[in-house]
Amino acid sequence: MKYDSIIIGGGLSGLTAGIRLASAGKKVAIITSGQSALHFSSGSMSLLNRIGRQIVDDPLTAVSDLPDGHPYHKIGVGNIQDLAAEAAMLLRHSGLNVEGSPSAHRFCLTPFGLWEPAWLTVKGIASCPDPKKCPWKKAAIVNFKGYLDFHPAYLADGLAKAGIDSEIHEIELPRLASLRKSCSEMRAASIARLLEGSAINDLAAAILRIKADADVILLPAVIGLRSDAAADLLASLVDTPVRYVPVIPMSVTGVRAEFLLRRRFESLGGTYCLGDSVSRGNFENGRLTSVFTANLGDTPLEADEFILATGSFFSQGLVAKPDAIVEPVFGLDVMQTPVRTERYSLDFFAPQPYMRFGVVTDSDLCVSRNGVTVPNLRAIGSILSGADSLHEGSGAGIALLSAIAAARKIQFA
Amino acid sequence: MEYQVKNISRDNFEQCIKCTICTVYCPVLSVNPLYPGPKQAGPDGERYRLKAPEFYDKALKMCLNCKRCEVACPSGVRIGDIIQNARIRYDRHPVSLRDRMLASTDEMGSLATKMAPVVNTMLRLKPVKAAMHLALGIDSHRTFPAYASRTFEAWMKSDAPDQTRFSRQISYFHGCYVNYNNPALGRDFVTLMNAIGYGVRLLDRERCCGVAKIANRLISQARRDADKNLGAIRAAVADGRPVLGTSSTCIFTMRDEYPHILGLDNADVRDSILLATRFIHQLVDAGNIRLVFRNDWKKRVAYHVPCHMQRMGWAVHSLELLKMIPGLELIPIEPGCCGISGTYGFKKENYSTSQAVGAELFDSIRSAGVDVVATDCETCKWQIEMSAGVPVANPVSILAEALDIEATRRANNL
Repeated sequence: MKYDSIIIGGGLSGLTAGIRLASAGKKVAIITSGQSALHFSSGSMSLLNRIGRQIVDDPLTAVSDLPDGHPYHKIGVGNIQDLAAEAAMLLRHSGLNVEGSPSAHRFCLTPFGLWEPAWLTVKGIASCPDPKKCPWKKAAIVNFKGYLDFHPAYLADGLAKAGIDSEIHEIELPRLASLRKSCSEMRAASIARLLEGSAINDLAAAILRIKADADVILLPAVIGLRSDAAADLLASLVDTPVRYVPVIPMSVTGVRAEFLLRRRFESLGGTYCLGDSVSRGNFENGRLTSVFTANLGDTPLEADEFILATGSFFSQGLVAKPDAIVEPVFGLDVMQTPVRTERYSLDFFAPQPYMRFGVVTDSDLCVSRNGVTVPNLRAIGSILSGADSLHEGSGAGIALLSAIAAARKIQFA
Repeated sequence: MEYQVKNISRDNFEQCIKCTICTVYCPVLSVNPLYPGPKQAGPDGERYRLKAPEFYDKALKMCLNCKRCEVACPSGVRIGDIIQNARIRYDRHPVSLRDRMLASTDEMGSLATKMAPVVNTMLRLKPVKAAMHLALGIDSHRTFPAYASRTFEAWMKSDAPDQTRFSRQISYFHGCYVNYNNPALGRDFVTLMNAIGYGVRLLDRERCCGVAKIANRLISQARRDADKNLGAIRAAVADGRPVLGTSSTCIFTMRDEYPHILGLDNADVRDSILLATRFIHQLVDAGNIRLVFRNDWKKRVAYHVPCHMQRMGWAVHSLELLKMIPGLELIPIEPGCCGISGTYGFKKENYSTSQAVGAELFDSIRSAGVDVVATDCETCKWQIEMSAGVPVANPVSILAEALDIEATRRANNL
């Protein structure tokens, strides 16, 4: 089978590159082994929150201070603003309503009641431009009876430290009674499946019965697996603004994001091979000409251009072997420290060196194999070396911006 | 270090990082919170079962064996296999008469085809359905697929056009459904293969693939059938004939359930056990054959991906072939399990779960306004026809119907 571009990995980065290329009229296939880390998304995406321990004020200017070899340097700090604007547009066109700007953070409420900076937040997620000027004086935190993955007391504590009073309520919805039969299966996605259509009217009535003395209702983010429709309906039925706080994954917001991006990609004619994994590639004259997958066996998947978006350790884009960190699909060159004991810090909360490991790329994001650049295989997202996305708060930004940067290079090559 | 390298766990169960992504995509859990869900029933429960078999939870029988958890898993854990293997190893309840009857598709089929008109009429009578519901626990809402009065094998042996005149040959694993219920699909397959220059042969004494016996824990019978099938497949492959099927579930079972559940090594022939659409699409893709379609054939078609087809990752082959038909308008529908899962949906205790699982799919199909739904699995066909009220056909039948046979033969120099 022949495509213009084949993308290996169907998470945020792979889907974004796929949508970008398919929008440009390319014939694209995405091969992805299982569902992606989007399922752990808080509903907020960051461009760059911290350098060292310092929260940056303006991510767009702060990117220049990142160390050499950082993915943002690879895609060009001067291009970040433009790429960020296109990324936000791409998400909105896919039906994921995000708000925010790359030059000034929004601050999102964490499950612990802290304010964490973000670039984009999905509509409805509790956030504000400046926590010091938070529009809320008093919040009503509302949980569902029996739901254990949301912790109102922590949230109330955190809010109190920020000077926001709160009251905690628990509501009981008959529709959710069946879920309580098994406490371990009362999960965000199971609740979201039941809270659709007329169940939202019941939810609104239950919220109104509380007669909360508050200027915001905070609910766990357990509504809307496929769209904003349920949240919009609820907003129309309850006068007080309703905002959603992330919960223990699986994240309903993340499931929705992946669903919408996949649907957008497929509606543009893209082929999405879920549950398959690339086993090897065929190289000719230094170029990758085709890949083979577990499911398609001896059928080669040919393309002019390839993108590797297999992620980091979680999704096995990188695999830690006893003697080395390897890229398991093609055996690409991986930036790492040669000595095993230097891979990690024994201080759990310190920045971990292994977080910066990733595949070696040139300024075009092209990877290398045995020291030789592969001109038609680009890496994007968290498999790139040089970033500690956890400490920097840069994971989603790198995923989105490197995807669009790589897609542009392919389109205009 | 050496320990790490050698530490490989059965069905990859130690690769589970407890992320719970599988729980979002389990069709049973989404409608029935009493099911422990794939993570708990699979790798989590397995840790306990390895300590003591008493930890086995009989709720595992609620698993559809759809393998959607395995497709969703980012860590490559064979969650569905862990659950099926646990049911086989730890469930000590004797298999009921009803389950034996439902699982014995071959035996029941050969009896029923001999008296097809009588059996078909009987199976449609309300009192018969009520009696089966009460006495056996086969749900009275279900419509049994009608039996043919003559098997596909009988047609092949006496009425089929001469297959030896083709220089290229394949063997056809027709499956119980084509043989006893829908020989027309088998004839469509022969038409299609002949038009592209392939002769169709039967396997030497084909048995049921065993999917229903595996689901109903009749493992020694399933293994006996599987052994015979593998022997026949090896003989065909040794003669240069790949083995093609038109049922995604039969093919999936022989490729993956034989080694993973029945413990039978099929590595020598696994690559030669193929779905017909994959085989044909590969030939077209490589430029080895050409398909020419009729100009007067026009239909709106939705393609439903059966769960085992999703697991095999071969939907792309059926879809690419369907897209080649100029008069075919492909209408997108929601992906998802139809809920029947072979014999599962026929059991009265599962009927409501079965229908609830498929509800979203049925709505999506009804609102798509299509002439026909294409799918590669016969039990999906029964379920969708009964529940969404839209005709369903195997892609092979659609291809055969839309094909300009003479033009295709000429295009392939026959």
